Amino acid sequence: MQTALLIEQILNGLQFGVMLFLMAAGLTLIFGVMGVINLAHGSLYMLGAFACAAVAAATGSFWLGLVASLAAAAAAGAIVELLVIRRLYDRDHLDQVLATFALILIFSEGTRWLFGSFPLYLDIPPLLSGAVDLPGGARYQLYRLAIIVVGIAVAIGLYLLIAKTRLGMRIRAGESDREMIAALGVDIRTLYTIVFALGAALAGLAGAMVGALQSVQVGMGEPVLILAFVVIVIGGIGSIKGALVGAALVGLVDTLGRFLLPLSFSFFLGPSQGATVGAALASMLIYVVMALILAFRPRGLFQAST
Amino acid sequence: MKKAMVAGLFGLAVSAPGVALAEPIKVGMITTLSGGGAGLGLDVRDGFLLAIKQSVNKDIEVIVEDDTMKPELAVQIADKMIQSEKVDILTGIIWSNLAMAVVPNAVAQGKFYLSPNAGPSALAGAKCNENYFNVAWQNDNLHEAMGNYANTAGYKKSFILAPNYPAGTDALTGYKRFYKGELAGELYTKLGQTDYAAEIAQVRASGADSVYIFLPGGMGIAFMKQYAQSGVGIPVLGPGFSFDQDVLGAIGDAAIGVKNTSQWSKDLDNPANKTFVETFQAEYGRLPSLYASQGYDTANLILSAAAKASVQDADAFRAALKAADFKSVRGDFKFGNNNHPIQDIYVREVVKEGDVLTNKIIGVSLEDHQDAYAKECKM
Amino acid sequence: MKRMRGETLINLLLAGMLLLVPLAAWALEEPFYITLATRVAILALAAVGLNLALGLGGLVSFGHAAFFGIGGYAAGILATHGSDQMLVIWPVAVVLSGFVALVTGAISLRTSGVYFIMITLAFAQMIYYFAISWPAYGGEDGLSLSLRNAFPGIGTALPLNFFLICYALLIAALYLFARIRDSRFGAALQAARQNEVRLAAVGIAPFPIRLVAFVLSGMMTGLAGSLFADLNRFVSPSMLSWQMSGELIVLVILGGTGRLFGPVAGAMLFVLFESILGGFTEHWQLLLGLILLGVVLFARGGLVGLLAGKARHG
Repeated sequence: MQTALLIEQILNGLQFGVMLFLMAAGLTLIFGVMGVINLAHGSLYMLGAFACAAVAAATGSFWLGLVASLAAAAAAGAIVELLVIRRLYDRDHLDQVLATFALILIFSEGTRWLFGSFPLYLDIPPLLSGAVDLPGGARYQLYRLAIIVVGIAVAIGLYLLIAKTRLGMRIRAGESDREMIAALGVDIRTLYTIVFALGAALAGLAGAMVGALQSVQVGMGEPVLILAFVVIVIGGIGSIKGALVGAALVGLVDTLGRFLLPLSFSFFLGPSQGATVGAALASMLIYVVMALILAFRPRGLFQAST
Repeated sequence: MKKAMVAGLFGLAVSAPGVALAEPIKVGMITTLSGGGAGLGLDVRDGFLLAIKQSVNKDIEVIVEDDTMKPELAVQIADKMIQSEKVDILTGIIWSNLAMAVVPNAVAQGKFYLSPNAGPSALAGAKCNENYFNVAWQNDNLHEAMGNYANTAGYKKSFILAPNYPAGTDALTGYKRFYKGELAGELYTKLGQTDYAAEIAQVRASGADSVYIFLPGGMGIAFMKQYAQSGVGIPVLGPGFSFDQDVLGAIGDAAIGVKNTSQWSKDLDNPANKTFVETFQAEYGRLPSLYASQGYDTANLILSAAAKASVQDADAFRAALKAADFKSVRGDFKFGNNNHPIQDIYVREVVKEGDVLTNKIIGVSLEDHQDAYAKECKM
Repeated sequence: MKRMRGETLINLLLAGMLLLVPLAAWALEEPFYITLATRVAILALAAVGLNLALGLGGLVSFGHAAFFGIGGYAAGILATHGSDQMLVIWPVAVVLSGFVALVTGAISLRTSGVYFIMITLAFAQMIYYFAISWPAYGGEDGLSLSLRNAFPGIGTALPLNFFLICYALLIAALYLFARIRDSRFGAALQAARQNEVRLAAVGIAPFPIRLVAFVLSGMMTGLAGSLFADLNRFVSPSMLSWQMSGELIVLVILGGTGRLFGPVAGAMLFVLFESILGGFTEHWQLLLGLILLGVVLFARGGLVGLLAGKARHG
């Protein structure tokens, strides 16, 4: 197996992992701080992609579209928090699951109403087009490298935010003991809205960046949502570090699995059969890994301090 | 479930030429109007309704319902249409899995089913039925044509790729049936997968001279965009499903130059097609896709049969359908023994005309091509 | 006392409506509505299963579609291999779903809270992807059943007969649910939901109780799945999808979590919404989402809760 191919696949795994991290970080923050399971996170991802596509088409600039996606997702997140999520804090997980499931329906159908049923067109900006040569003989798409860089930047930014700012301090306190910080006079309501909007913005960013790479259509968020949940469950809910490790793990396992499993099975079963069996196993692989991890560590790898 | 009733005027015997009997025909159209795959259903519906609108026969009533791509819903709608609405003809299904759920039961109850899209091999072979007509193609056809074209174009080392589900494995089987070269790789991706980085890396490393993909809808858009950016550069081949009007806009310039096969193209030179393309664009403000052409032809087939026989006389109507005496946008049209079309499959290239991406015919791959399953059909 | 009679009245009303509508449809020769009622009965049965785990046990399973699909595929695969007797298919479906519930439950129940939700989802996804990739039994295209399966002495191809079979099974399941709820086992199960620590303090381990409940729940939903395959004469992997799991949870909540006839009410409402709302607009799912949201936020007890008041604490 050539080194170039392996390097390219590892980078692919990292890029996929970064995208999952953006989703998972928001989810884990929202759950850790507010105790809310947000199934509508995939819809926020979709919203970011649509906002970016719409603005980019109207203005001709991807960068403006990116800003729009952050703004739109954050705004949508804030509105959803104020109108819906606020009423769910005291409820059990079941109610939260159902309410946010209902939100998925509303967002999906609403988006289809506004934008129609055909996929939307979003292009990579010329600045980030094309491929670059890497050591080892590999060639890699520049835009994907940019995504990896953005993801690392966001991870560092989140770390600084949480560890070094007052807002971060409040977030950490909120994760530890919700009632106490309310008793200490911190305005919980605003804190929650900010956290939710932050998580939403991250999801919107992921949606916009990936939308340029893939396609922008209704329902694009749900598959990612499920994987993001797998990530935070593996990593440990409430832990950003867990989200990072979990995302890298899931990204690498999935990408390398999709590449190596059909290859290995082809040795035993021949190309066509091996490809089908390998592909089938590869699609199940992440869930198998998650089940194994949960069997030994029922609360994920980095259990949050609660 | 949406009910969009295009009402026919009943009763008044219209003495316009070409309309033999004023017997009303009720058509039930079950198609996908929502969700990621809605573009195909909307096109089929629009093409179908356009033909109905243009016809002098005003006794056709069309009921359209959305199956949202769910087989159980399609079955339920079909039951309702047969039992409650008492339709004479069913049509509209886009996806092969929904077709397999609905068609056998419908035709067993004596209703006609005309497929404007899905062409599963089971229904072309062992499970063929005298009441089932496929107006589009058998699923393998477009892939077979591309396999054939790959030979004539001199491609000797193809890398082939499709999603891991029956239509996907059928597609690659169809390609391999005609393609005589060597395979640089054969990959099955996950259905609904949107990131093809891993697969593209393998294509790059394989030394192939051509890449054949079957990736309908959003999957194809994602692949093409990523492929163009990856710098791999090996020519891409595919069936018309992945490169027609409904998705070209979203793929963008990355699609230019791709060769694809189809039984129809907007530049086919016959009067019926010219009228179709012009009136479709005038009516709906967009260029038609091959799906729209299939819907249009299906409606015209029904109209041609209605002009010859009453739908109440099943045998006569069936014979009239089989005769296929209508002006198809594909030119001449005829059915084989298994009620699937015997037709030419063209090779097209994606080009840009002004601001719009569309297809242009560059040759014929298979002439008077019949599907591979006709022999298994006992009709 | 008065509240209890209120709920019993509602239950009788629901049971009666579900029986009368298809009878009326049969008399009026509108077989489609019988099919619709059968769909309600089968979905209700699946939801009764979920209600056992979720309503009584507090186990939020986001993967119950796995059992629904397993039951369906049991019917489909057996039909492909020539066996077409319902009395054969039902036990197979039940045993198979029960087995899968045992294995997945043993692992999943070691976790709790949102981890439990996610791991049940993960197992369902595994089975879903497996079914799609397994070409022998249709894969993504699904499996067709050419004829409805047979029950000795009853012509099952007739819609009304099939409906009565499903209805009978539903009533049997409801009876079973009521007996479980009112038994010592049921008491322990509900106690585990309400306060696990206290239960352990009394010396009862929650894990085995929950596992048994989970297995029973899976078996019921599996039975419903095999009936569903018979109804549609078709099995598809979409029966295993997470959207189906979500739908089952919706059914339980719409009707009233933990209430005896909650699943029946929920199934009725859901099928009604699907039919009526769909008639208004192409974008009916938007309305459905809004209504669901309203129910969750404002009508906590679901339909039965609205009509019959809060459940008496048992």
